[in-house]
Amino acid sequence: MFDLTGRVALVTGASGGIGGAIARALHQRGAKVALSGTRREALDSLAAEMGEGTAVLPCALDDAKAVAALPGQVSEALGGFDILVNNAGLTRDNLAMRMKDEDWDQVMAVNLTAAFRLSRAALKPLMKNRWGRIIGITSIVGVTGNPGQTNYAASKAGMIGFSKSLAGEVATRGITVNCVAPGFIETAMTDVLNDEQKERMLASIPAGRLGSPQDVAAACVYLASDEAGYMTGQTLHVNGGMAMI
Amino acid sequence: MSDVAERVKKIVVEHLGVEESKVTEDASFIDDLGADSLDTVELVMAFEEEFGCEIPDDAAEKIVTVKDAINFIQENT
Ligand SMILES: NC(=O)c1ccc[n+]([C@@H]2O[C@H](COP(=O)([O-])OP(=O)(O)OC[C@H]3O[C@@H](n4cnc5c(N)ncnc54)[C@H](OP(=O)(O)O)[C@@H]3O)[C@@H](O)[C@H]2O)c1
Repeated sequence: MFDLTGRVALVTGASGGIGGAIARALHQRGAKVALSGTRREALDSLAAEMGEGTAVLPCALDDAKAVAALPGQVSEALGGFDILVNNAGLTRDNLAMRMKDEDWDQVMAVNLTAAFRLSRAALKPLMKNRWGRIIGITSIVGVTGNPGQTNYAASKAGMIGFSKSLAGEVATRGITVNCVAPGFIETAMTDVLNDEQKERMLASIPAGRLGSPQDVAAACVYLASDEAGYMTGQTLHVNGGMAMI
Repeated sequence: MSDVAERVKKIVVEHLGVEESKVTEDASFIDDLGADSLDTVELVMAFEEEFGCEIPDDAAEKIVTVKDAINFIQENT
């Protein structure tokens, strides 16, 4: 089950906590994995750790040209393209009344627009294969909302609507498009919260612990697999029961 | 019939699974040959590959019939 031998995947934000875990998990199942992000050193050391069947492809996701070129670089480096994981994301939290246009725009550009552009460029090889997987890492707050995160929540809700629509467009071609919505996962992104905030979060998680990047990666392995071929346009919530949707 | 026309028709027959006799030069991919909008995108991709040319999006939108495809390719390769 869940064998990915012979598949080629691109994981954006592989230099981050969740992206790194997704890249490793796909690789462990036999896929070749292209690692993208902006911090080359972090990507290089991850690739060195993972060993054969990896490629490091740095890309600033707010640069439209670089984004358009990325899928071609994946095929060139690893000999194909089957699985796209749009995982890179960032937060610029503030009350809406205090939010600057730049903070809104930057979050939209990286979390949503880049995911669209990468998917568009990746669809060519996927359509030719008559097989493909597009997985978007959204967030619980894209569904529940979260004060202080109007920009981030909008970008994540946008990704869900985008994925459902695209899923309908390409379903007849063996391509599935799904989302994974993590709850509260221990990474650099959540490290910035203070202890009191963390305690409060923890109290709302029935599982009684924060999630790990591996918890999220496992959902991605499933969605990337042949076994998930009938699953499309869906969002898998990986949140320890924090929200039951 | 030119070589380009033959190759275009062959791609259309293979891709849409229609009978060769239906693929006349005036046939519209969508109205006459049962293509959906995604099929037309794939046909353009197949033409690009077969003829080693690039068909920009605005030109692709104007390729409605078999003849449109043949003409574009003859003029641009
Ligand atoms: N942690 C959570 O609790 C949680 C919950 C729900 C959803 N998520 C989502 O999970 C995904 C991964 O988050 P994480 O927790 O692993 O955060 P992280 O450790 O901060 O990683 C974020 C990743 O995004 C990349 N990135 C950010 N801006 C970029 C840009 N302009 N161009 C290219 N890459 C960029 C970063 O690459 P560089 O550092 O190399 O620039 C990094 O690899 C995000 O989409 C996030 O919204 C996380």
